[in-house]
Amino acid sequence: MGDSQSRPYSRRCKRIPVKTGTSSRMTIRQYIKRAWPLYVMIVPGVIFVLLFRYYPMYGIVIAFQDFSPAKGFANSPWVGWENFEFLFSFPEFGRILRNTVLIAVVKIVADQIGAIILALLLNEARILLFRRTIQTLIYLPYFLSWIVLGGILLDILAPHGILNQAIGNFGIKPQLFLGSNNWFRGTVILSGFWKNVGFSTIIYLAALTAINPVLHEAAAIDGAGRFRRIWHITLPGIRPTIVLLAALSLGDVLEAGFEQILTLYSPAVYRTGDIIDTNVYRVGLVSAQYSLAGAVGLFKSFISFFLIVLSYYLADRFAGYRIL
Amino acid sequence: MIRDNNRFSRLFDGFNYAFLTIFALLCLAPMVHIFAVSLSGRAPATAGFVSFWPIDFTLENYEEVMGSRTFLRSFIISVVRVLTGTSLNITVIILTAYPLSKTPRVFKGRGVFIWFFVFAMLFNGGLIPTFLVVRSLGLLNTLGSLVLPNALPIFSMILMMNFFRGVPKELEESAVIDGASHWRVLWHIYIPLSLPAIATLTLLSAVNHWNAWFDALIYMTDVANYPMQTFLRTIVVELDLTNVGIDPRDLQRLSDRAIRGAQIIVATVPILVVYPFLQRYFISGIRLGAVKE
Repeated sequence: MGDSQSRPYSRRCKRIPVKTGTSSRMTIRQYIKRAWPLYVMIVPGVIFVLLFRYYPMYGIVIAFQDFSPAKGFANSPWVGWENFEFLFSFPEFGRILRNTVLIAVVKIVADQIGAIILALLLNEARILLFRRTIQTLIYLPYFLSWIVLGGILLDILAPHGILNQAIGNFGIKPQLFLGSNNWFRGTVILSGFWKNVGFSTIIYLAALTAINPVLHEAAAIDGAGRFRRIWHITLPGIRPTIVLLAALSLGDVLEAGFEQILTLYSPAVYRTGDIIDTNVYRVGLVSAQYSLAGAVGLFKSFISFFLIVLSYYLADRFAGYRIL
Repeated sequence: MIRDNNRFSRLFDGFNYAFLTIFALLCLAPMVHIFAVSLSGRAPATAGFVSFWPIDFTLENYEEVMGSRTFLRSFIISVVRVLTGTSLNITVIILTAYPLSKTPRVFKGRGVFIWFFVFAMLFNGGLIPTFLVVRSLGLLNTLGSLVLPNALPIFSMILMMNFFRGVPKELEESAVIDGASHWRVLWHIYIPLSLPAIATLTLLSAVNHWNAWFDALIYMTDVANYPMQTFLRTIVVELDLTNVGIDPRDLQRLSDRAIRGAQIIVATVPILVVYPFLQRYFISGIRLGAVKE
């Protein structure tokens, strides 16, 4: 088939239907006899998803109701767009939206750039044991919960904690890293980096190992120095991964880190640190204003849906990535 | 193997090794500090004299934590949650992934089922409706509220499905000719051939269940039902030591800061135990994510 002459011919040629296997000739009864276990197997998954994914989607109607738990989804009075009108007229809403996007975007950018640099540096370290050890140490935090990491941070960042003692040695006054609006976002971004950068680094390292070493050897023979090889071979080699992760991260633009911020924040830093998710939690579950919180949540689910679909589309278009 | 032996290159190597070492130590330092505090006596821990090595070494903080009945109860709840939640996850993942890995000819309606699951992955009702549903099902204060809502992690199921699709068709065909049903094919061919993928998903599911805390915070109205991470939150975030069931007289002997440190470390130990396995399956998990059609 490979040579160019045979192609026009095969294009003109009509496909001859080929009988593939016996299944095309099966009667319905034969099909059921063979395939019924498949439908039994899928039942539990379908039930769980119906109950805990689709039923809550129906529950979104509370955003258009004055919901009361006693009346339930079906019988609560309808109020149309009232909850949304209230929401959009509220200055607080713009603030939490800005905080969410700002924190999430800076986190994504810092995480990706940090991971690329770390992966390149680790790749240049030739001693295998050293590489393994460093990898082991930097992605340990990824597997710890925000309660454990938050507990550690609350201790070391406290006014008399070890970090303030350390900067005190340089004559700097103790800072409220978690309690002041000047510091809070920075602390969240940096501690998010601490937890996640190891994971992203591993993804890039996996891509780096797939680069054919022959390319490096050929370039070295042609006289390319170390940095030219990094620039012209290693970086282009992981470009598909960079593009892929950039595209997929688009789906995270509204994910600023709910569990992290819920663990670290306090009323003093609501101005700079309150995000959509923490706001939904406080308004909905702490103050029991279900409908208002439901409206905020629907706003986020709606935008997120389009962002995720777009991110998968871009990942497929530019990096050939498909989940299905 | 390429050798770069010019001076600039060696200088870079030196800088590189130094930088990576310092970076890794910085990542580790906070944990080492808390570990040192948790092994220190009351006076140095409270006064903040401890840096990275315990002062007035003592194991009493750990004895206090392990002797606390409320703490142990939350630990047991967490273990039960991990065992039931993970086995439920893996069972449902495998049972759902197997039919979906078939062609539409073998499993009619596959397309509809796929979109049913994918849409549920892309769009969700959000926190409040999910909470109201779990409550209306009468699951508050039960183990069910922790393991049932995410019994089928859809993304993991898709990874499993893609892995199943990579299993050679010839094996299945010869078994079918010998009269094997789908149950037998799944049990005797697909599962044995997919053990690495199953191990990866099992570990990730177990770690997720161990680390989860927010669901219990909203679904449990009684602190007595809290799993360990949620319980830990009342201590290290809300700084409420009354929950711990520690005798106030003991606090004259021990530093509350050191006790919190000891609890953080105890919550971390199970992760450290499985960490070597996590590492081994980590890369394979990433490759799993990249499995394509």
